[in-house]
Amino acid sequence: MDLNALVFSFFNLQIALEYLPDILKGMVVTVELGLVVAITGLVVGMALAVLRALQLKPLNFFIICFADIMRALPPLVVIMMLFFAFPYIQISMSAFTATWLALSLVLAAFVEEICWAGIVSVPKGQSEAARSTGLSWLQSMLYVVLPQAVRLTVAPLTNRVIAITKSTALGSVVGLSEVLNNSQSAMSNSGNATPLMLGAIGCLLIFIPVVLLGRWTETRFRWKQ
Amino acid sequence: MDEIFKSFFNIPIYIEVAPYLLKGLLNTLLLSALVIPFGLAAGLLVGVLSITLKNRWARALLAIYIDVFRALPPLVLLIFIYYGTPFLGWELPKLLAVVIGFMLNNSSYYGEIFRAGLESVPNGQIEAARSTGLSATQTLIHIQIPQATRNVMPDLISNTIEVIKLTTLASAVAMPELLRVARDAQSLFYNPSPIVLAAIFYLLLLWPLVRLLSRFEHKKMGGGH
Repeated sequence: MDLNALVFSFFNLQIALEYLPDILKGMVVTVELGLVVAITGLVVGMALAVLRALQLKPLNFFIICFADIMRALPPLVVIMMLFFAFPYIQISMSAFTATWLALSLVLAAFVEEICWAGIVSVPKGQSEAARSTGLSWLQSMLYVVLPQAVRLTVAPLTNRVIAITKSTALGSVVGLSEVLNNSQSAMSNSGNATPLMLGAIGCLLIFIPVVLLGRWTETRFRWKQ
Repeated sequence: MDEIFKSFFNIPIYIEVAPYLLKGLLNTLLLSALVIPFGLAAGLLVGVLSITLKNRWARALLAIYIDVFRALPPLVLLIFIYYGTPFLGWELPKLLAVVIGFMLNNSSYYGEIFRAGLESVPNGQIEAARSTGLSATQTLIHIQIPQATRNVMPDLISNTIEVIKLTTLASAVAMPELLRVARDAQSLFYNPSPIVLAAIFYLLLLWPLVRLLSRFEHKKMGGGH
């Protein structure tokens, strides 16, 4: 293969400059979506895990079903349900909302499972001792159980958050203008693969630091086997 | 309520699309049966390389390989391979593009899991094996890999579930797997019931695996009660 052709198709400076603003805009959407998904998923998931610790049977049944279903369904199926199926029952939402909601629900399910496993791993004596010193249920949860549970959960939580934020690319399937979608349409418009290359580089710029952060937390909070 | 049944749980439509969706499910299963062994094999190779390579440059290259493919969202990788390669003058068949994309992505994920597993095998095991006269390769095959695999079984199952869920991405390059078939049926019938039925199929397929995994994970965290 001829090197000039490769440079022309994948590293075309003129086309790169023309479409760079689009790709950058897409990167901003990807980062924004990733952040709101991470925050929503973590908050909802942790709240569900704490609620589960209340041991209310009907509530737990609901939480376990939610966690199981959301962990079993492929995220793309959830996105498509929200975006393509829900309008038929008069619930329409934008591509951003559908992707955000779907990924947040999936993340919340995983976070709930990880945090629950963390809470369960704290010996029962700890919370009993805390209660017997006069702490309320909530206090013993906040000051005794959760701090001990957190250590075990940091590494798996980070990994899961990374995996889900990478799924923001799935938004392109429902037409969300994130980095993949923008570079794909720029590729069709220009008839050149340079925007695709830029998009891939954009993703690496966003996610390599995240992966390295994940690596760091994994060694920093590794639990002893 | 009627609306929901008509749009989501439309039995006549279920009956009509079931044969197509079952074909799609079969394709999903075949695709999984193809990409999982490839991913496992490539991952095992990456894992073994990351504990055996001594050369600094080779190690750095391997680390870059792993992190790049952990950072690139699988959909970006797939779109890049499928739509980018024609610019190089190669028209890859869809299936090949999907298999290559999944293999690159999975080799880094499975690779990290196998590395963690191989590192968890105590040195004494290796020394004992070598002192009975096994060669380094024999030790690797008969002692290290079997123990490593057992130690990281929950992570292997978890990643395999993720890989099965990832096969939905093949729908983005118009491969007729379960989700794609359901989407096409939805446009044909102007009714989202096929997507709901596909979601039910995914649940039936993956829920047992998710349950199995939960059991493993609670054991690993050393749940006391």
